[in-house]
Amino acid sequence: MSLTSKTIQELHSLYRSKKTSVQDVVEASLKRIEETNYHLNSFSHICRESALAEAKKLDAAGMPENASMMWGIPVGVKDNMCIKGLPATCGSKILKNYISPYDGAMGVCLKKAGSVVMGSCHMDEFAMGSSCENNAFVKVKNPYDLERVPGGSSGGSAAAVASSQVIVSLGSDTGGSIRQPASFCGVVGLKPTYGLVSRFGLVAFASSLDQIGPFARCVEDAAFLLQSIAGHDKKDSTSYDYTPPDYSKDLKNDIKGIKIGLPKEYFTDGIPADILTCIDKAKKVFCDLGAELVEISLPHTQYAIATYYILATAEASANLARFDGVRYGYRNKEAATLKELYIRSRSEGFGPEVKRRIITGTFVLSSGYYDAYYLKGQKVRTLVKQDFDQAFRKADVILTPTSPCTAFQFGEKIDDPISMYLSDIFTVSVNLAGLPGISLPCGTDDKKLPVGLQLIGPSLGEARLLNAAYQFEKVCPPLGIELKV
Amino acid sequence: MSDSKQIVNHVEKLALLEISPEEKDRFSEQIGKILKFVEKLNELDTTKIKPTSHILPVQNVTRRDSPVPSISRENVIKLAPEANNEFYIVPPVIQEFQEA
Repeated sequence: MSLTSKTIQELHSLYRSKKTSVQDVVEASLKRIEETNYHLNSFSHICRESALAEAKKLDAAGMPENASMMWGIPVGVKDNMCIKGLPATCGSKILKNYISPYDGAMGVCLKKAGSVVMGSCHMDEFAMGSSCENNAFVKVKNPYDLERVPGGSSGGSAAAVASSQVIVSLGSDTGGSIRQPASFCGVVGLKPTYGLVSRFGLVAFASSLDQIGPFARCVEDAAFLLQSIAGHDKKDSTSYDYTPPDYSKDLKNDIKGIKIGLPKEYFTDGIPADILTCIDKAKKVFCDLGAELVEISLPHTQYAIATYYILATAEASANLARFDGVRYGYRNKEAATLKELYIRSRSEGFGPEVKRRIITGTFVLSSGYYDAYYLKGQKVRTLVKQDFDQAFRKADVILTPTSPCTAFQFGEKIDDPISMYLSDIFTVSVNLAGLPGISLPCGTDDKKLPVGLQLIGPSLGEARLLNAAYQFEKVCPPLGIELKV
Repeated sequence: MSDSKQIVNHVEKLALLEISPEEKDRFSEQIGKILKFVEKLNELDTTKIKPTSHILPVQNVTRRDSPVPSISRENVIKLAPEANNEFYIVPPVIQEFQEA
């Protein structure tokens, strides 16, 4: 078994007993990335030199007594996170040559823990998309079927972990952008409670919904990475003033007696039978583990996607106003006036989905329409949140499919935004309510593609969520499918 | 669909974007569909519901206004597509005075 297929716990023991060095692991990761990236396009930038230098530095200093579990672990980061000296292109022509001059919160956390950043991972442009097809440069492929999408927007981060290019990676989730690609690529992906992880240095898409979280091949690895990034940060005024618990401590607790809620609105005709079969098996697994299944209701589910697309596009239109061709990024060289410079730089720099969302978002915020769309959306958001508050009086965690589909083929949905948006149906409500959600593999569909199971927890319920996910993973059989790389 | 074409024509100016004629046809149709889709929300009576702009009970986060080390001007300005050592260079903002 190659070093990059190991778990964090295994690598930690190897480092502790001096049986392997960080340099060995980083070299194995580089080798795997360089051998497979041509097929997968998961990485947009590989930092060979800095990763090797960092590995040598860690080896020379030796593993500290109280080393973080993330010490010496190769990590991939989504291409929208600022890490000093690394490009952060957001998959966009407008940021093609942008190299971050500073470390955002993720750069600080990973360095503090002694993790090794291997490079940045491709994504949908500005995190807008569910397939990575909105990337301005490449198509990221699904490692289980190279004709299919890896999901999105954090598709590169998911594919990198699934294919063992790295041990774990970071993504960001605004409406499902961690959980859906995790589901498509057969890995674990966790979107934390809004405010648990600092957004300082994350290029903003929709500020009230965006949240950074881990991808991993097992629940415990996700817990270790979450531990190293969670907690209050003064530099993000929306970060929660809260001391996170030890997420790996309670993983092994049994889950006898926990109540698992099944939202009746989610289990409708819209889910293909083969996906439903996997979910039904998962329910049975939880019953065997001693959990109790209870029916719950989230009555405003049918309004969640519309609400999400009003709020997310509105916030995006405001956030993306900063790209003007003046201070950084792409610039039109022929513009004769300042206004023309703005217009031409933005029009040539942004891709079609980004423009479509800026137009929609600007419209819903514009004079005369604000109340009818934006304010209405904010009010329905309140209703969606209240649904969950009610549901968590009856249930400890909520179980749903992560997505109504598995990895689809390139081009299948790209010309129909509504159909693409609808594939976020099970994930967006969680962002609207600011709750934690985790996707974990629970089987395969008829095409032998991974199916994801989503567990949703109450606000700051990450420990409970990880515990339930860990217990499920322990007894769930492996996917039994092979990587194509 | 002509309504959504008008919307695109109006909003592209507000958003400082220029949408090409082909894109405009496609966008108008797609945005028309998106707006029709979101009209679903009108089924709900929300007169007594308070809007949620933010999910956390965090308000007015303040800090002491004390200087701390920051990224150097040099490192920030070198990201610009066009600049000298001190300033960003842009096309003229004020038109040159033309004598009558």
